[in-house]
Amino acid sequence: MRGDAEAASVLRPRTPAEAVRLFQKHKDALPIAGGTDLMVAWNAGGLAGRTFLDVSPLRAWSGIRQAKDVLVLGSLATHTDLLRHPLVRHHLPLLAEACATVGGVQIQNRGTIGGNVANASPAGDTFPPLAVYEATVAVVSAGGRREIPFLEFFTGPKRTCLAPGELVESIRVPIPRQPMARAMFRKVGTRAAQAISKTVAAGLLWLKRDGTVEELRLALGSMAPTVRRLRSAEAFVQGRRLTPAVVREAVALVSNDVAPIDDVRSTAEYRLAVSRNLLFRFLSEPR
Amino acid sequence: MRIRFTVNGKPRSYFGSGMKRLLDVLREDLALPGTKEGCGEGECGACTVLLDGQAVVSCLIPIAQVAGRRVATVESLGRPDRLAPLQEAFLAEGAAQCGICTPGMLMTASAYLRRGGRADEGAIRRELAGNLCRCTGYQHIVSAVQKASRQTAGRARRRA
Repeated sequence: MRGDAEAASVLRPRTPAEAVRLFQKHKDALPIAGGTDLMVAWNAGGLAGRTFLDVSPLRAWSGIRQAKDVLVLGSLATHTDLLRHPLVRHHLPLLAEACATVGGVQIQNRGTIGGNVANASPAGDTFPPLAVYEATVAVVSAGGRREIPFLEFFTGPKRTCLAPGELVESIRVPIPRQPMARAMFRKVGTRAAQAISKTVAAGLLWLKRDGTVEELRLALGSMAPTVRRLRSAEAFVQGRRLTPAVVREAVALVSNDVAPIDDVRSTAEYRLAVSRNLLFRFLSEPR
Repeated sequence: MRIRFTVNGKPRSYFGSGMKRLLDVLREDLALPGTKEGCGEGECGACTVLLDGQAVVSCLIPIAQVAGRRVATVESLGRPDRLAPLQEAFLAEGAAQCGICTPGMLMTASAYLRRGGRADEGAIRRELAGNLCRCTGYQHIVSAVQKASRQTAGRARRRA
């Protein structure tokens, strides 16, 4: 049975200022944006009796814009908005690719980037790209505004460091420097659409003129309670050439930074093997 | 709460909980049973309608979020005696079997065609990836959308 609609109340602020005021007053309210995750729980009866804070009317938070060398993605920008936006496609192609793999078009049309981030699924497909792009999460409350580094935002599966009364205002992504040698986004699921990832990977690679690694950034989703950067592998290749031996060693280090589990979608063994293969190909093959 | 919105071009008003699903408001309050419930959790696409022209699943939308917006359901496409070209194409290609997924397929496909979607099989399959059918095996559905797309493009050429 879904939650009793008659007993539920929905707060509908019109401005961000009104939203944070209402949220301060109703700290137990549950923010709802696109509703693609929340409504599943509601339909299953899990949120009966709750008050909802509908942030979807906040136009000020739906835009995508460039502020100097940062792309500011309003928290209410949908996956469709992002995957079609010229600035996102040009500067953050891995994020555009990730958005195109979330659900089907109906979910992409409703699900928002802020909702995706605040929901903190261990399998969030946009998270590995945002982790390698080193995004920050801008949050606001009646008390003020703060920015949180992307990886620090998540404290566990479905858990974040958001304090009571705080709402995600935007995701801020520094435009990566060019020229970049390679970039990768790969999602592995049961099928292309509507599947929750078994593993999801993103990578950025910069090489020096002499062919040695200037910087490597790798991230995996669905491989730990939260999205992880592969710091051991990243550090190992720094300053080296990506010879077959170096790539093999780097890929072996993946297990230092993740902790995959067996669950309904896959096994820890499969997840680790496939993730290593994805990274092996990324590091081995110039695209 | 009182919520005003437009359904199939007509202004509508609903009074009740803002958390009632758009799907239920359409079927129960507005007597538009063309929209079907499949999984009720946003996986199958059976309840797809258009919200301001975009395909969305009506089982995941609380009616409060529909205030001031335009909804289009399968009832807006055509009538039994005057079907839309997309519906004619579904009939001609045998793209419906049990029929539960059909209204959702039609609405997702109609959003695609209105955006100028082409008769490209890969693009149509990607667009319809969020709509599950357990009978037809999809090929007939894809063929029907291709057929309707060619007709739409043909009409646009003749007009130009």
